[in-house]
Amino acid sequence: MKISKVFAWVVLFLAPLTLAAQGSSSVQMADTFRQEGKIYVVVLGLVIILTGVVLFLVRVDRKIFKLEKRIEKNSRPTN
Amino acid sequence: MENFNLSWWKILTIALLYYTVIGGFLIPVPRLAILNETIRLNYFHTPMWFSMMFQFTFSVWTSIKFLRSSELRHDDSAVQSAKVGFFFGIMGLCTGMVWGNFTWGTFWTNDPKLNNTSIALLIYAAYFVLRNSVSDDTQRGRLSAVYNIFAFAVLIPLIYILPRMAQNSLHPGSGNNPTFRLFDMAHNMKFVVYTAIIGFSMLGLWLTNILLRLRRLNHYENENQ
Repeated sequence: MKISKVFAWVVLFLAPLTLAAQGSSSVQMADTFRQEGKIYVVVLGLVIILTGVVLFLVRVDRKIFKLEKRIEKNSRPTN
Repeated sequence: MENFNLSWWKILTIALLYYTVIGGFLIPVPRLAILNETIRLNYFHTPMWFSMMFQFTFSVWTSIKFLRSSELRHDDSAVQSAKVGFFFGIMGLCTGMVWGNFTWGTFWTNDPKLNNTSIALLIYAAYFVLRNSVSDDTQRGRLSAVYNIFAFAVLIPLIYILPRMAQNSLHPGSGNNPTFRLFDMAHNMKFVVYTAIIGFSMLGLWLTNILLRLRRLNHYENENQ
């Protein structure tokens, strides 16, 4: 039997199962992000933005730190 | 070469900001008509003004220091902190305008608090213009330091005294509109508001810190060319 045929049979047998799952609301799913008017999605969005801003700040801070160190090294009299 | 370590207060800033963003959205707030969920903007709009005030206060303080000592590094601190303060002021105005559009129905009203704040920000905008119009370092420092002191002296009555004397203000906290009285019934709003104020003020310090260090590197480059 061809692999596509096997796949078709599998889908055919599984299809009623998915319908049953949609019918009942008591099935446990990862619904947290869809609860409370989906506010968690907004929270996640802001957390992502804040993470970006923080990463950017830290990178800039680090670049300045490196420059400072280099200048400190150069300005010191050579032994 | 030493390794890069983030200072403890910068790490604290990050932590406070994360608490603000997550707690600001998820911690329960009182259910009030018209305000609805926009009450949460209190967590983000108010800290902008606190942060601006810290920066402007620091700016005028360093301006006085510059006038007393004539050391240019104090002048640098004054202008960089004024820049960051101005930035936070603009952010405060923008967030307030968006909020006003959804609660008052218009972006701008001729409210004493709004108008006075924009006047104050324009005065600070003129401070930067003044700085750019003088080419000599010391002279620029002196002129702008004196101007900065006057700007601060105008800022305080504009923002803190005059709006409170006006009876017809729409802004929360003025007239009969609640802001801080609101905390009496919403105890857990306090945590986030205070955290946000400290967090955003420290973010302002961080930005000033970065700008100042950049300025110092610039000076070094100019001296060694």
